[in-house]
Amino acid sequence: MPKNTVYETDIEFLSILDEDAQFDESLGIEDGEPILSDEQVVYLYEQMWIGRQLDEIAFKLQRSGRMGTYPQNKGQEANAAGSGFAMKKGTDWVVPCYRENIAMNLHGLPYHYILLHWMGDERGNQIPEGVLCTPISVPIGTHMLHAAGIAWSFKLRGEKDRCAITYFGDGATSEGDFHGAMNFASTLSVPVVFYCQNNQWAISVPREQQMASPTVAQKAIAYEMPRIMVDGNDIFAVYKATRDARKYCVENQTPYFIEGVTYRLGDHTTADDARRYRSEEELQQWMAKDPLIRTRKYLESRDAWNDERQLELETHARKVVDEIVNEANSIAEPTTSEIFDSMFAEIDDDLRIQRDTMRTSSIGQNPEQAGLKAQTQNA
Amino acid sequence: MANLTLVQAINLALVQEMEADESVVLLGEDVGLNGGVFRVTEGLAQRFGDHRVQNTPLDESGILGAAVGLAIAGMKPVPEIQFEGFLGPAYDQIVNHAARFRNRTRGAITIPMTLRVPVGGGIHAPELHSDSPEAIYTHSPGLKIVMPCTPYDAKGLLISAIRDPDPVIFFEPKRVYRAYREEVPEDEYTIPIGQAKVVSEGDDLTVVTWGASVFQCLEALDGLPEDVSVELIDLRTIDPIDTDTIAASVEKTGRCVVVHEAPMTAGLGAEISARVQERCFLHLQAPVQRVTGFDTIMPYYKLELEYMPDANRIGKGIRECLAY
Repeated sequence: MPKNTVYETDIEFLSILDEDAQFDESLGIEDGEPILSDEQVVYLYEQMWIGRQLDEIAFKLQRSGRMGTYPQNKGQEANAAGSGFAMKKGTDWVVPCYRENIAMNLHGLPYHYILLHWMGDERGNQIPEGVLCTPISVPIGTHMLHAAGIAWSFKLRGEKDRCAITYFGDGATSEGDFHGAMNFASTLSVPVVFYCQNNQWAISVPREQQMASPTVAQKAIAYEMPRIMVDGNDIFAVYKATRDARKYCVENQTPYFIEGVTYRLGDHTTADDARRYRSEEELQQWMAKDPLIRTRKYLESRDAWNDERQLELETHARKVVDEIVNEANSIAEPTTSEIFDSMFAEIDDDLRIQRDTMRTSSIGQNPEQAGLKAQTQNA
Repeated sequence: MANLTLVQAINLALVQEMEADESVVLLGEDVGLNGGVFRVTEGLAQRFGDHRVQNTPLDESGILGAAVGLAIAGMKPVPEIQFEGFLGPAYDQIVNHAARFRNRTRGAITIPMTLRVPVGGGIHAPELHSDSPEAIYTHSPGLKIVMPCTPYDAKGLLISAIRDPDPVIFFEPKRVYRAYREEVPEDEYTIPIGQAKVVSEGDDLTVVTWGASVFQCLEALDGLPEDVSVELIDLRTIDPIDTDTIAASVEKTGRCVVVHEAPMTAGLGAEISARVQERCFLHLQAPVQRVTGFDTIMPYYKLELEYMPDANRIGKGIRECLAY
């Protein structure tokens, strides 16, 4: 018996608008038109700019003590913007990690919710009715399974034109739940796009200490999942890959894997200092690949953008973000009873007593019990 | 009325809830054509189709994570974990996700999920098939914990659990699965979560227990002198705990023994003792006595009966408490 090759595969890398803003027409033009119209690119550029402005202001809020720890999205905006735009708002579910502010906002979540979340207020997770988005997920890698379950519900109900997308970083792919989610989604054959924002660093651990595989995308091979790598700082490549992935998922009722190769230009969070573990040289190399710079150059090359419009956008973005911050700050302080009242649809006696006596009694002491009331009065 | 075992009563409740509500789906290892390792889901895949009785990959965290996703998107998942010893990998999805979603979203996203898990020892199973981890999950806010031990209670409580808008862990004492039969109504009925049951009334001492230990306690009661009158309480629901029923009984009897299979230290016996002294301090005639498993690893089955409170040890506990 001969030895035969029983399985062969490959992984493609998609780049349309490269770091020098060179546009590959063979990939970026369909039916004679760019896959994203100038209007659409302007819109996405504006969204990325506002997202970055929000990042800058969030950073300052944290530094001035007006907000808790915050993870900047800076440098990764094209991933969230291009993929979020490719998914169907109000039909698809977005199951994010914490560097997808723009995708959440594109799907209807007002930005002040995201600030509220990082200001230590659960109401930032109180997703408004009709917005199909789970809250920011801080523990790593656990939420992809939720996306698999959500996508499974579409299949169970026979909702054929729905899809879920879930985002996670390169570090998350080391978690067991990542593999569980990939296995469930592919075995149950459900429509979910797994979008890995490979930003090269999991806090201080570089990708090569996280995994021996040269790509993240090859992890999808074990799950027989269609996969593609894209330049995650290329709004066209991200959009096209996600649009095609969504179409594939819906038509075939299967999952799809996208690795967006990108870079975290900021620190992991405001509690981190990336200078401790990565070089200035590396940072500068990636600064040159900034998605905002190349998108602007593309628009300028098509006479769809100029310095004047840029100035207008910057003024507009500052105003918009100021309003978002004002909105977050204008929300009345949470009431203590919320922590009890939102435990269950109907809270039990223990919770009710703890809620009602927390100011007047030490926990665990039922004021109704014999003797205690008299003691309190005597004290 | 039909004369059913615990397994059959649970099966009947699943059938009726699946018929009543299309959003109820079962998932777990071997729950499909095989009907689960204990045959609790027997016949359900044939009746409702594979898609509603889904065999999953062998991944407990995956089962619970996918169930959470189903619940987020409006389904009522009923995942099964094959044995309580395998809950470990699923702990994160249960405690950090299922239990927290309502609170952390201030009610925007809720998880109406019923996690079914066979629990406890006494069936000569391999290692990690005989533990009693209910206190771990009781200590975790956001979950309801149920452990019925009779076919009648199991049917009514399972229907309540499936209809509950919040996550419930439904522990099934595997030692009782086929131990006996009792009359169970055909029609659907519910037993409220959070209500204990007074199994037998008495005046001298209160025994509080749940799960398979109820039957060991009944056996112990049989061995007591005829002039000793013991009130036996089956909690049925562990969380929220029915303190009122316990306190009303101990106020009457003045003595309390708590019996559970799980290890003693930081077990639910400690919680119940604390509640009894908070509520009934002036009525107590003796310290609350605990008769529990030991603070050891659950032994392999050759010694499991040494570990689990039996009628003899429970009887000693009752006599010691009475003699104080």
